[in-house]
Amino acid sequence: MAYFLQQLINGVTLGSIYGLIAIGYTMVYGIVGMINFAHGDVFMVGAFIALIAFLALTAIGITAVPLALLLVLIIAMILTAVWGWTVERVAYRPLRESFRLAPLITAIGMSIVLQNFIQIAQGARVKPLQPVVTGGYELFQQGSFSVIVSNIQILIVTTTVLVMGGFWLLINRTALGRSQRACEQDRLMAALSGVDVDRTISLTFVLGAGLAAVAGLLYLLYYGVIDFFIGFVVGIKAFTAAVFGGIGSIPGAMLGGLIIGLIETFWSAYFTIEYKDVAAFSMLAIVLIFFPTGLLGRPEVEKV
Amino acid sequence: MRLADSGKTLGRKLSSALGDSLLAATIAFALFSLVLGLRTVDSATGLALEPRPALLATVVAIVFFGRLALNLFVWQTDYPLTRPFAKLFTLEPFETRDEVTLALAFALGVLGVAAGVLFQETLYGLLGTLMLAFIGIGLLRRAIVRTFPNLPYTQVFVAGGILFALFFPIVSYALESAFNLGLPLRYWFDLSILILTYVMLGWGLNIVVGLAGLLDLGYVAFYAVGAYTFALLATHFGLGFWIGLPIAGAAAALWGIILGFPVLRLRGDYLAIVTLAFGEIVRIILLNWTEVTGGPNGIAGIPKPTFFGLPFSPFAEGTTFSGFFGIHYDGLHALIFLYYVILVLALVTNLVTLRLRRLPVGRAWEAMREDEIACRSLGINTTLTKLSAFATGAMFGGLAGCFFATRQGFVSPESFTFIESAIILAIVVLGGMGSQLGVAIAAIVMVGGFEALRHTAGLQAIFGQEFDPALYRMLLFGLAMVAIMIWRPRGLVSSRAPTISLGDASAISGDLVRQGRG
Amino acid sequence: MSGADAKSWDRDPILTVEHLSMHFGGITAVDDVSFAVGCKDITALIGPNGAGKTTVFNCITGFYKPTEGMLTLDGKDGPPRFLERLTDYEINADARVARTFQNIRLFPGMTVLENLMVAQHNGLSRASGFSFGAIFGLGRFGIAEKEAIDLARYWLGQVGLLPRADEAAGSLAYGDQRRLEIARAMCTRPRLLCLDEPAAGLNAKESDALNTLLQAIRDKEDTAVFLIEHDMSVVMRISDHVIVLDYGKKIADGTPGEVRNDPHVIAAYLGVSDEDAAALEARP
Repeated sequence: MAYFLQQLINGVTLGSIYGLIAIGYTMVYGIVGMINFAHGDVFMVGAFIALIAFLALTAIGITAVPLALLLVLIIAMILTAVWGWTVERVAYRPLRESFRLAPLITAIGMSIVLQNFIQIAQGARVKPLQPVVTGGYELFQQGSFSVIVSNIQILIVTTTVLVMGGFWLLINRTALGRSQRACEQDRLMAALSGVDVDRTISLTFVLGAGLAAVAGLLYLLYYGVIDFFIGFVVGIKAFTAAVFGGIGSIPGAMLGGLIIGLIETFWSAYFTIEYKDVAAFSMLAIVLIFFPTGLLGRPEVEKV
Repeated sequence: MRLADSGKTLGRKLSSALGDSLLAATIAFALFSLVLGLRTVDSATGLALEPRPALLATVVAIVFFGRLALNLFVWQTDYPLTRPFAKLFTLEPFETRDEVTLALAFALGVLGVAAGVLFQETLYGLLGTLMLAFIGIGLLRRAIVRTFPNLPYTQVFVAGGILFALFFPIVSYALESAFNLGLPLRYWFDLSILILTYVMLGWGLNIVVGLAGLLDLGYVAFYAVGAYTFALLATHFGLGFWIGLPIAGAAAALWGIILGFPVLRLRGDYLAIVTLAFGEIVRIILLNWTEVTGGPNGIAGIPKPTFFGLPFSPFAEGTTFSGFFGIHYDGLHALIFLYYVILVLALVTNLVTLRLRRLPVGRAWEAMREDEIACRSLGINTTLTKLSAFATGAMFGGLAGCFFATRQGFVSPESFTFIESAIILAIVVLGGMGSQLGVAIAAIVMVGGFEALRHTAGLQAIFGQEFDPALYRMLLFGLAMVAIMIWRPRGLVSSRAPTISLGDASAISGDLVRQGRG
Repeated sequence: MSGADAKSWDRDPILTVEHLSMHFGGITAVDDVSFAVGCKDITALIGPNGAGKTTVFNCITGFYKPTEGMLTLDGKDGPPRFLERLTDYEINADARVARTFQNIRLFPGMTVLENLMVAQHNGLSRASGFSFGAIFGLGRFGIAEKEAIDLARYWLGQVGLLPRADEAAGSLAYGDQRRLEIARAMCTRPRLLCLDEPAAGLNAKESDALNTLLQAIRDKEDTAVFLIEHDMSVVMRISDHVIVLDYGKKIADGTPGEVRNDPHVIAAYLGVSDEDAAALEARP
């Protein structure tokens, strides 16, 4: 029971990170109908920006942890958002009305570019960071096993909830959210009713990248080590989460993220750690066979 | 008055160009400030930062001036400087200013080459050569097409390509043995074998993606199944390549059916992600099922194919290839043989695909890509049709995998990562979905160019000894993927050839052909 | 009804629809509809927008599974087929019911001739040893393909598209695309041809040509025609039998003359005042 609870805590933490990235995938899919394959690598760039910003702040003497983290969060979100914007502008906008597979290929190309750019600019070695947020609370003890919720886990879940809450307001309560939903429904009609489609799509990428930067920072703090390749694995799992929840649905992305995080954690804890990804991917295949459009996705009606 | 006007427009143009370039430079600064301007280095106390202001300034300056030049001379002008160069590859007549521009460019090229030869300025030499080659090829092409406007160029090109592929190894080997020219034959053959492997993989995946319109992001899994099937059969049961080949193909096709069955009712991007997941599952299993697959160490000691039972070996245990024909043993013989094996395999893939396109199942594949609902209304069992496409594609992937295993003599999960699937898919899409010729060209351009970068010592001469081209080639590969796709979103060859006709059918414009939703 | 009095569609039906109902969630799109389609008739299904015509159509052609009801295709060439039990492609492959679509669904990137060859897939596929056999020279694909081309040529002639056989279907004009879709459906050698608003978007001349074509199909081929149509002039001119739906219920069923004068139909199409409606309700 104690072991189970501990894994539940770990799983929710991991799921929060996946969920934040999954939203980026699902938003872009909802609005432009493409898999933004480079999104995982935008997350990786976000983690690197966070790492470098943190080191830079330490170097200039800002060592108070809460202040430093807040500043890092803001810097990482802004700079990663610029990356997200650039990727859209360079690789996707020219192909907006083009054939379905063309933007998929440029997305894969951008993913390769980002990975190798970071590898060249920062080196292929893994980048460790001293633990920044330490300590935790022991919830209770059962035998020799104590259930611990660490401060970093609390930080991750709280940040995720706060960011998600803000994001939820943004999508549901502002003109931006309205234009986004309008573009999702019918891009041409939205343009005719005065929505600036290019700007809305750009902002979608900017928002997605901002959330990915939050995820990047949290990942960095949680695992304390990153490299140029984390974007691929984490990105694929986050995308899996988005599909799991029903791609295009933002609550679905969060739910999918949590489920993937839990599957992965529990599988590692109770079975074999080597096959945790197999478990996550197999679950995806099984779920899709029974719910062909994911858990919360709108069923696709075949119009004849 | 007119002068004042044009002065005003010039001023406006200049200021808008400057503004745009400044904006681009600012964005570049934001992008690169942290990730390029500061480098994380290991130090005694953990990570430390090493500032690189000069590099950052250079990159931002390149963006600024590059964008400024583009704005002034290409985008915001009535006469873009790129126009004469684009015209080189059409039949439009040149204007005087085109000729002046081209002449200037030619002169610059000559200057570059001269600088390269006289002052060992390799970079200028290389750029000059490229410029001269570009202009030269363009002019030559114009001259040929103008003189013989009615030649069937595509057929000539294809026939030439096939003839070249058939005779290139023999002729170059014969020349080398006769005259001792010191040609890097081993490298040439290795590279052409690699390219042909990707041509075959591209053609195999083209059946699934290009004809049937099913987006498969896990094609490498079938390549892996073929490779490991043969590796296991060869190392455990001593099976030779020629017996292993059909078994590997059948195994891959079987896996295609087993995995295709549950997932093929999924559509669009759901199918894409599940195939991707499947590819990863296969790789993870290969990596972790150590007792059977050897885990990360893979399987070594896979035998090379024999020439009708004659092994390529320097030792006279039994009859060898060189012993039988009474010639000196040469390691290149085996390589040339491998080259022909993969050439035949690739050509078989192509011929089977071309034949299937003209048979009911091939037409059903293409019809399904065009409109699946209409297919069902015509009594076509789309599940079976999809399955047949998946299995046929998988079979060719398996055959290629079997060849890969025997060529390397060694397989490990590292060769079957997602990036391989992505490269093969890129070859299919960049080539022009459904077009066999386009796929072959794309494979040559992408894989050939990619590998050439790895081995080019010239780049090192330009950028200094610490420059590692292998590091940059992946970056360039990704950039090339983006650039080609934006330049030709439908791929290099986008038109579709009809499979049957009453009179004379001409190719169908790519704009009408759909890409499928599956 | 019996003997000489019985209508042609009741005497000799090809399709019998009995108590067909279709619910989507809480909405009843089709409510207990029964009718027969005669095997030598042109039968029209009409009704105001949202009456459930397309739903009935999709149930017959296998795109929806009906909630309740039986759809029986008379089995002159074997046992009767129960359409509600067949999966989508079997409706055509096994029961030989072909259809066209309201928003034309051709294979736009394939030539006109290729479209018609795809329609003959099943026969050709068997003749070619399921295609993979033909690679090794099995089967008698050559002969079968010649026959298929002849059939395609015949139908191209019927719809006047022979000169355009090698053009991409997507490049044809709208009216040509409609006729090509009918030709493609006929190339599956159907016993029942279902047309979803075949005259939509056609001009008067094209509409006339369509009428002639449909009458030719009824008279010369062994194929019954069943269509949904909005254009009353088409319906009244060529139909032998008209069924009227309103709000998912059948409100009239008979010859064009009978239906034209039916007060329920007039009410449904023109709308009625409350008193008239009450009067109508009171009638037997």
